[in-house]
Amino acid sequence: MRLTDLTLKELWHRKSQLVSGLLAITLGIGVIVGIRSISVVSEKAVAINLDNLGANILILPQAASVDNYYTADIDAPTFPESYVEKLVTSTLPGVDNLSPKLTRRVEVNGQKIVLTGILPKSEIASKPIWQQGGIVGEQVAASCAPTGPKKYADEKLQRKGIETLEGNDCFIGSSIAQRLKLEEGNKLTIEKSDFKIVKVLPETGTIDDDRVFANLQTVQELLGTGDQISAIEIMGCCSEISDGLLGKMRNILPDTRITTIGQIVSTQIETNNLMNRLSLVFLIIILFVGGISIGNYIWANVNERRKEIGILRMIGYHKRHIYNILIFKALIMGVTGGIAGYILGTIGAVWLGPQFAGLAVSPIYLLLPVSIAISIIISVTGSIIPAYMAGRIEPFSNMQED
Amino acid sequence: MLIQIKNLTKTYQRHDGAINAVDNLSLDIPKGSFVTITGPSGSGKTTLLLILGGLLHPTSGTMEYNGKEINLQRENELANFRSNHVGFIMQSFALVPYLTALENILIALNVKNSNKSEHRNRALELLKWVGLGDRTTHYPKELSAGQQQRVAIARALANNPDLLLADEPTGNLDPGLSEEILGVLKDINQKQYTTVVMVTHSPMAAEYGNKKIQLKNGKLQDLDQIRIEENIKVLIN
Repeated sequence: MRLTDLTLKELWHRKSQLVSGLLAITLGIGVIVGIRSISVVSEKAVAINLDNLGANILILPQAASVDNYYTADIDAPTFPESYVEKLVTSTLPGVDNLSPKLTRRVEVNGQKIVLTGILPKSEIASKPIWQQGGIVGEQVAASCAPTGPKKYADEKLQRKGIETLEGNDCFIGSSIAQRLKLEEGNKLTIEKSDFKIVKVLPETGTIDDDRVFANLQTVQELLGTGDQISAIEIMGCCSEISDGLLGKMRNILPDTRITTIGQIVSTQIETNNLMNRLSLVFLIIILFVGGISIGNYIWANVNERRKEIGILRMIGYHKRHIYNILIFKALIMGVTGGIAGYILGTIGAVWLGPQFAGLAVSPIYLLLPVSIAISIIISVTGSIIPAYMAGRIEPFSNMQED
Repeated sequence: MLIQIKNLTKTYQRHDGAINAVDNLSLDIPKGSFVTITGPSGSGKTTLLLILGGLLHPTSGTMEYNGKEINLQRENELANFRSNHVGFIMQSFALVPYLTALENILIALNVKNSNKSEHRNRALELLKWVGLGDRTTHYPKELSAGQQQRVAIARALANNPDLLLADEPTGNLDPGLSEEILGVLKDINQKQYTTVVMVTHSPMAAEYGNKKIQLKNGKLQDLDQIRIEENIKVLIN
């Protein structure tokens, strides 16, 4: 019978204690894995959203947040469509291709979708994936875009516009198509109005997969919002933006929030950095709490096993055998805690990600070995002192002296 | 001579002063003898047994085993001495509760690195010898007190020790079972020529020894010598 067999037997014998001993470390690792999984996906989502947005300036109602816009809150504020006209007639240099949008979350056949009204010809079909999907129109370019063979400094300055989108035509996201079992040419009924699906968009991995794109006027009538819109996306010139274009636009539309993609990105990056810092803080807390928790468990275990350790020492086991038994136990706990924490954190992130962050989270397998390594370090470190104390237990501890 | 101890003293420091549990004691234990140690509580019997088994460091004195001095202060040397030469039988059986009868014997064999199947065969053979061949997979709580003590005896014999130390081995057993266990110890002593040193309170158990020792305040009193002296006194009077 090897020392490892002896350890495994003891672990099995006191399995309920093992579960409580592992609780802190499992929860801690789970939180770190959960935060990290969501933040990694969030970083990717920012990049995808950026690319898909195409425009580089976003105008929102003063009271709205970027989140309101993306999540299409039912109560999200709006502003009049006439703001588009104000910008067009202002003849501001560096403002091209204004793309007004109205977004609302609606229910179709018991499924929640985001209905987005767009203006054909004005809509910048910049989303690369749309273009791959065959939605092509006339080439549009910012007025400042260079011509000729020279490459564009910013590729987003040249995109294609959506040529036509008739009153009752619509594009639908891939996720909706799957969930509602719809194909091109099918009919889709939204709020008692029938739409013809002219295109099923390829999967993007973003909220666009849950969107239905229809003609803006049709959507306004359908939702009864009048000539209200949720946002205006603009393809602006980078040079003009840096020359104070946003300030000039704010003078024209004082009751709006005008932001550049750079700002959105930096906000999101800040949020991600905050989450990463939060993970680090959690990691430090877990190193302490988990280490103390495991140490406490092993210490209690050693006290409970004083007699048994005394027996082993009595029949000739050396101190190092006792250390080995306890450190091997800590190793098993570390591996178990790491795996359990990874599973817990991943399931949590996959389940909570879409509900709270609007993100589809996938497991990050690279976090598994990292979780196990952290858990082992915590577990073994926490067990060193109790193991040392166990080695000091006298071999006659199982006897009574007279 | 198997064991020779000279001027052995074990002092315990207490709040009310130092106490000599074993006081300048010298003793020879011949090979193949059955030594019984008796004496009142606090006389130092168990302390002496612990020192003989290399479980406790004495304050002073020396111990020779088979003519070779054992360093009573070196932990690893004592651990090797215990696993190679000594078997222990305790009043409380000292079995590991989550191991089966077979595994409780295997843990003693585990200290030595040799063939695993050899270990298993040896453990099974010992269990059969103590009459528990059909209880190999039983846990201590599934065995009677007498059966548990038999497992403890089997474990004590696992490494073929020259010396078997028993601390009140019948203390937790009824008189019938006590005689059974003492009979087993006698068998081991006579058939395997294993030296047995047994601490006991029971005069009946003490009669099993061929060398009887009585301790009082940590000092040795040779019962045979006392008896001879008493007989001489009777004859003179």
